[in-house]
Amino acid sequence: MKAYETVIGLEVHVELATKTKIFCGCSTAFGGAPNTHCCPVCTGMPGTLPVLNKKVVEFAMAAGLAMNCTITQKCKFDRKNYFYPDLPKAYQVSQLYLPICRNGGIEIEVNGVKKTIGIHEIHMEEDAGKLVHDPWEDVTLVDYNRCGVPLIEIVSEPDMRSADEVIAYLEKLKLILQYLGVSDCKMQEGSLRADINLSVREVGAPEFGTRTEMKNMNSFKAIARAVEGERKRQIELLEYGKKVVQETRRWDDNKDTSFAMRSKEDAQDYRYFPEPDLVPIEISDEWLSEIRGRQPELRDEKKKRYEKEYEIPSYDAAIITGSKRMADIFEATVAICHKPKEVSNWLMVETMRLMKEAEMDSEELNLSPEKLAALIGLLDAGTINRPVAKEVFEKVFKEDVDPKEYVEKNGLGMVQDEDLLVSTIERIIAENPQSVADYRSGKEKALGFLVGQTMKAMKGKANPGKVNEVLKERL
Amino acid sequence: MELTKLTALELAAKIRAKEVSVSEAVEAQLEQIEKKDSLYHCYTSILADEARARAKEVQKQINDGTLTSPLAGVPVAIKDNICTKGIPTTCSSKMLEHFRPPYDATVVECMNAAGTITVGKLNMDEFAMGSTTETSYFGVTKNPRDITRVPGGSSGGAAAAAAAEEAFLTLGSDTGGSIRQPASFCGVTGIKPTYGTVSRYGLIAYASSLDQIGPIARSAADCAAALDVISGSDKRDSTCVDREHYGYLNALTGDIRGMKIGMPAGYFAEGLDEEVRKSIYQAADVLRSLGASVEEFDLKGVKYAIPAYYVIASAEASSNLSRYDGVKYGYRIEKFEGLQEVYKNTRSEGFGNEVKRRMMIGAFVLSSGYYDAYYNKALKVKALIKQSFDEAFEKYDCVLGPTAPTTAMKLGESLSDPLKMYLGDIYTVSVNLAGLPGISVPCGTDKSGLPIGMQLIGRPFGEKEILRAADAYEHAE
Repeated sequence: MKAYETVIGLEVHVELATKTKIFCGCSTAFGGAPNTHCCPVCTGMPGTLPVLNKKVVEFAMAAGLAMNCTITQKCKFDRKNYFYPDLPKAYQVSQLYLPICRNGGIEIEVNGVKKTIGIHEIHMEEDAGKLVHDPWEDVTLVDYNRCGVPLIEIVSEPDMRSADEVIAYLEKLKLILQYLGVSDCKMQEGSLRADINLSVREVGAPEFGTRTEMKNMNSFKAIARAVEGERKRQIELLEYGKKVVQETRRWDDNKDTSFAMRSKEDAQDYRYFPEPDLVPIEISDEWLSEIRGRQPELRDEKKKRYEKEYEIPSYDAAIITGSKRMADIFEATVAICHKPKEVSNWLMVETMRLMKEAEMDSEELNLSPEKLAALIGLLDAGTINRPVAKEVFEKVFKEDVDPKEYVEKNGLGMVQDEDLLVSTIERIIAENPQSVADYRSGKEKALGFLVGQTMKAMKGKANPGKVNEVLKERL
Repeated sequence: MELTKLTALELAAKIRAKEVSVSEAVEAQLEQIEKKDSLYHCYTSILADEARARAKEVQKQINDGTLTSPLAGVPVAIKDNICTKGIPTTCSSKMLEHFRPPYDATVVECMNAAGTITVGKLNMDEFAMGSTTETSYFGVTKNPRDITRVPGGSSGGAAAAAAAEEAFLTLGSDTGGSIRQPASFCGVTGIKPTYGTVSRYGLIAYASSLDQIGPIARSAADCAAALDVISGSDKRDSTCVDREHYGYLNALTGDIRGMKIGMPAGYFAEGLDEEVRKSIYQAADVLRSLGASVEEFDLKGVKYAIPAYYVIASAEASSNLSRYDGVKYGYRIEKFEGLQEVYKNTRSEGFGNEVKRRMMIGAFVLSSGYYDAYYNKALKVKALIKQSFDEAFEKYDCVLGPTAPTTAMKLGESLSDPLKMYLGDIYTVSVNLAGLPGISVPCGTDKSGLPIGMQLIGRPFGEKEILRAADAYEHAE
């Protein structure tokens, strides 16, 4: 078999986190009873006109700046015409001729190798509604709630060469968008969807091969499998002397294979032309620099800052900044208790463990910085010991309890009564002559057993350091 | 006294003076409609009950002093492509025969706030496509000056209603001459404002970049008063611009001394009816006698206005009218197998031939491979026309010419030869392409008594100048 290279470009649709739709005042909230988030404008009633939501332009600009794009300061909308029941005007307002962002790129890292993936353009457009088939009545119904929700489409250059690069690119994109606050990027709710353009060619070939497109992929795992599956399919065709047909394919993740949907010949002519109902968008230098000034710290900068300012290990900084939510909780907690190492440890160990247990995504994390800081305070003041702290943390994580109240109510504070400690230890020594003898003959392990027995006798509320100290004295 | 003969402003003055009640005005108007509309067919729906109820309400507001607008109490009628809440808004199409919008157009809200009373909706060419009102699904409107003639179009119902005293004041829409040409054919006054003066929210689109709503009435002053009511920015239409201090009515001083008027020599060449030509020259003399200077000049670029207009308007129409697909509202075929049949059969049956013709032209000129040759080229012509008008307005305050090359055609003469019908728009379409204001003012009749209209074109937002000239001309006669 010859050596082949895979060439991949992505078109990623992202629903923006504006409160209202792109051209009317309807809510963009996910869910809701069918056709309750719509009005004459977003359902395309005769005579209605769109009015652009300024926030959409600002979000698109923010995304473009974060992806090192040139902002098109005089841009406009175009109409993409096609018939489908989920598209009430029979055209989608989009941008073809003058997209708002062009010529950018973001850096990815795969197995320690850094690479820049070019961004061809980012354009603004409106989402369509949703068709719901009722098999019982054998009718198809339309829900226009999503209709007019603002989207940006991020079109990459064909710069990716493997599924790993595709996933790294998507992860990076998702983080940038979440850090900017322009989208929640919830793939399961369809707020981030990717179309994959893929071709293969012999290594060293000057031209790209014929590409296929797989539409609306909505999980990273499915995307990785689809890239791998389509790569193999195309190579197999070429190996058997056949040709790849330029077409749109549908990836069936259950069957682990893709199916042809429509060929290039069947491709629709969208009859694009400038949208006459909207005035061209003029982005002044002032507006642009205002948005530039408002750009938040993004992941790479934040990671570097954590290492330097908080002196936490690079690995930990990477994990914490790998989620906007986690980073927010980290910074808010540190701001209260000023113990970055301690906060990082709680996030890296206990939080990660409990999240894994609950199969929770880090963006769903709902941990109160105030309560985490309070817990760290109790530990620090010697009010509770570490094992108790872990127990309390689990309660904070799962039930959002107040650590101080919980410790008081359940009597979990460390016993400060030295006489009680001494008398307990004397009793333990008397009850365990064998262990005492072992220790005295040099078996260090026996001390651990005696400490454990003491802690148990004191219901876990003793100060472990103190127990050690007193035991050693008495032995 | 025959109430319906009064102008809108005269009637409103009598209402304010308590010489006439709003109910009396409305009854007189309804009676006239009752008497005349079976003959002329200006209306697609008559709102007698609604108008009677509203007359009482308006009277109350006038009496208690909350309504002081110069048009308060005046019965008006609205072209049937302008949305009226809960009232059929059909575009004279089978497609929207039963469509009742859930909202009022911005202009309707403005008129209601000014205390006018809507007595009905007016017939038009289907989706405003046509120059004769013969493409209406509900049947043709006849010209009140000669019922064997068309009233012009597409606002044929609006012009005919004003002419037949079936309305004091009407609102029409103008994409390529649809206010001015019927006004000319029916012997009334109609103004198409500068693009962006009046909100298009609630105007069912034909060609969005060219459509404007404007008034048709029996005097320039009535048009000015109506324009004062409906002009202004609208947060629901971003193409509508914010301009303070409209004051069109106050601009009618009667004094046009020193006004510089240009007449494009090319307008008076081939294709223009001799009697129309003569009337315009006579009107020029009248304007001179009022102290204006009138001279001929060469207006470049308008030669290609008609093809450019039909390319741009049809392209936008093909997109704007795609939403009528039988899925959401309007007509839907009863029996169908699958989605494609819903689309195909609904649209085949719901639209008339002229609408289909323009949608097909539009889809063609936008299609891949033809876009540059047609649509893009048409946009360039549009820019050139705008530029040559800009140059003209460096020298002149307004441009004078005919509104249409002929007087009203015989019924049934035009639809068989659409190309000839399109050529009749020669003097009006360039004004829409350049986004300028244009007013058609009656300036005599031909030997068979058919009205002739002259068109005054103003610079962008120069409505005051052309209204002042039109008003001064009316009073000079």
